[in-house]
Amino acid sequence: MSLRRLTRVTTQAGALVLAGALVAACGSSGPAGGGGGEGGTGQVWALEDAALNPIEEASIERFNEGSDSGELELATFGNDPYKQRLRVALGSPNAPDLFFNWGGGNLKEYVDAGQVEDLTGLLEENPELRDAFLPSVLAGAELDGKNYGLPMRGMQPVVLFYNQAVLDSAGVEVPQTWDDLLAAVDTLNGAGVTPIALAGTQAWTELMWIEYILDRVGGPEVFQAIRDGEEGAWEDPAVLESLEMLRELIDRGAFGDDFASVGYDVGGASTILAQGDAAFHLMGSWEYTNQLNDSPEFVEAGDLGWTTFPAIEGGAGDPSNLVGNVSNFYSLTSSSANKEAAREYLSTALTSDEYISDLIEAGDVPPVQGIRDQLAETENGDYATFIYDATADADSFQLSWDQDLPADEATEMLTQLEQFFLGNQTPQGFVDAMSGV
Amino acid sequence: MAVTRQDRPSGWYLAPAVTFFGAFAVLPMVLVVYLSFTSWNGFGFPALTGAENWSRLIEDGRAWDSLRLTLLFMVLTWVVQTPIAMLIGVWAAGHQRNRAVLSSFFFLPLLLSTAAIALLWAAVLDPNFGATQALPFLDGVNFLGNTELVVYTVVWVISWQYIPFHTLLYQAAARQVPQSLYEAATLDGAGRYRQFFTITLPLLKYTVITSTVLMLVGSVTTFDTILILTGGGPGTATRILPLHMYITGFSGFEFGYASAIAVLLLLLGAGLSLAVTSATGFRKMQSQQEGM
Repeated sequence: MSLRRLTRVTTQAGALVLAGALVAACGSSGPAGGGGGEGGTGQVWALEDAALNPIEEASIERFNEGSDSGELELATFGNDPYKQRLRVALGSPNAPDLFFNWGGGNLKEYVDAGQVEDLTGLLEENPELRDAFLPSVLAGAELDGKNYGLPMRGMQPVVLFYNQAVLDSAGVEVPQTWDDLLAAVDTLNGAGVTPIALAGTQAWTELMWIEYILDRVGGPEVFQAIRDGEEGAWEDPAVLESLEMLRELIDRGAFGDDFASVGYDVGGASTILAQGDAAFHLMGSWEYTNQLNDSPEFVEAGDLGWTTFPAIEGGAGDPSNLVGNVSNFYSLTSSSANKEAAREYLSTALTSDEYISDLIEAGDVPPVQGIRDQLAETENGDYATFIYDATADADSFQLSWDQDLPADEATEMLTQLEQFFLGNQTPQGFVDAMSGV
Repeated sequence: MAVTRQDRPSGWYLAPAVTFFGAFAVLPMVLVVYLSFTSWNGFGFPALTGAENWSRLIEDGRAWDSLRLTLLFMVLTWVVQTPIAMLIGVWAAGHQRNRAVLSSFFFLPLLLSTAAIALLWAAVLDPNFGATQALPFLDGVNFLGNTELVVYTVVWVISWQYIPFHTLLYQAAARQVPQSLYEAATLDGAGRYRQFFTITLPLLKYTVITSTVLMLVGSVTTFDTILILTGGGPGTATRILPLHMYITGFSGFEFGYASAIAVLLLLLGAGLSLAVTSATGFRKMQSQQEGM
């Protein structure tokens, strides 16, 4: 008797729970959320950054004071939670109005899902806005000739950093070509120095190498074809050739023996370079700020050098090409209820003198025209103008592959690449695995 | 009738527990099983794709490698932890003062969070800046970068973290063993080793089973330590199945396929604990101290 009763009670309770959850699930898909669904204050979502968030906040406050088209509000998130949260929020009533993104394939996924507003019209109405940005950077948020975002932070190309003191004592010149680099690797190995510091616990640092080699060998069209999912794009001979060149570099001991357990954070690849245990380090432009904070004496002694990635003879890619984080963009959601305010913000605030000066002061190199002189006057003027000139002169600026490819393909590629660096995957095996995705 | 009603509390007393279990265990499990038959990248709604994820799982070499690695971890962590935890536990069950003091040091790792433990060991074992590089006999050994060695490094760290917990179980259980048994055995002339193997060990049987189930199921879900310590690397050398699920789901945003892996993990964990408890007669719950 009591057992039967128990079963009945349990079943009833279970049914109640299920019913409750279903009601809750239905409720959340109705028009209950805050955010942009009902108008009111427009939500601007961005990535957390201690230095830049106050600048973005101030820009939004200036806008709110001077505009009568509506108010905006900034919300910030950490890197991984941001991507997950944005994905779930887009298309729901809790979607933001303006959202931070990396452009390229990362943005394409949201555009394909019909969540992003086309901003081409906005740029056509305001030609001076279009002309204010560097074209190669604005192109980062362009898909099929339409524009879906405007640059809102500095440019972060990947740069080849070096330790001048180490190069001097080994008698090595800064390499201009791939063959120079290979020769430098041999010389440095002979001198008992790890030629290149690599934070191999994180595959995105390894990614920078294959990106640059592939760009120099095959040019930006190869990246384009792969991103667009064209049939046989991974089987392009340039991909295989690049992987074979990278294999040769690894097998020559360019990255030493320990890279598989070196991280990019404190005590990682940057410290190895600063301490003179390695000669080169291929890294995003933010490396300069990191070195300045963590090893100021290294930077102040003038030992930290930087240059563009070496040219590869006979390759299709222009040696001025860059890879890295083109910039970050604000995009407008198509379901936004505050489009007027958002459009006004995009067309006025991002190119305002205050905003640009604030970014420059924080050490960023914003992708706008005509700020070279302003950059040269800053404390780290040499470096800032180097980055500015490199991006302004670049034929193409390829977005980092882990942001540019669809998430599932990017994840698989990073895994394959780690295996490749460890010697567990061959160039041909890599190509086969990726064309099978 | 009224009397029998008062014998036991009403079935409604179960409601809070059942509600909680239903909402936070059963419902998510049902949803995961549903998701495993869909394709969903986080946008819009999951689209039913039939058994596609499952046939992909069967062909996914990396998932099977991860499963083999998970089972290897399971066996290794059990083999390392059980004897050490049992010996320290039985030793710590003694009432001598020095044992009480030393035991509190042994239990120290229990107080640290998993993230702290993983970061600590990552720093200690770092090939360039780690403490191990200062030790002459360990110089040049790359504990986290060598794809063969890293498995054992992770087993070591996880054991270091969890042995204290299992020691605590054994200590409590060993203290439950009636003193009179040892007195009788001493009178019969049994020595220390004899007493351990014929009295202590048999009476610890159910503790061994509890601790084993916790270790086995625990290694199916071990995740945080490895994520922070190695991130599943180098390459995929320590990518056990839960980590493979996480990377598929939250880096690749393939929630449908990740759910299929989750269901496999669920079955593995439930199957293991059922198998252990029924194979050992744990569920009969017979008293070991009949007549004491």
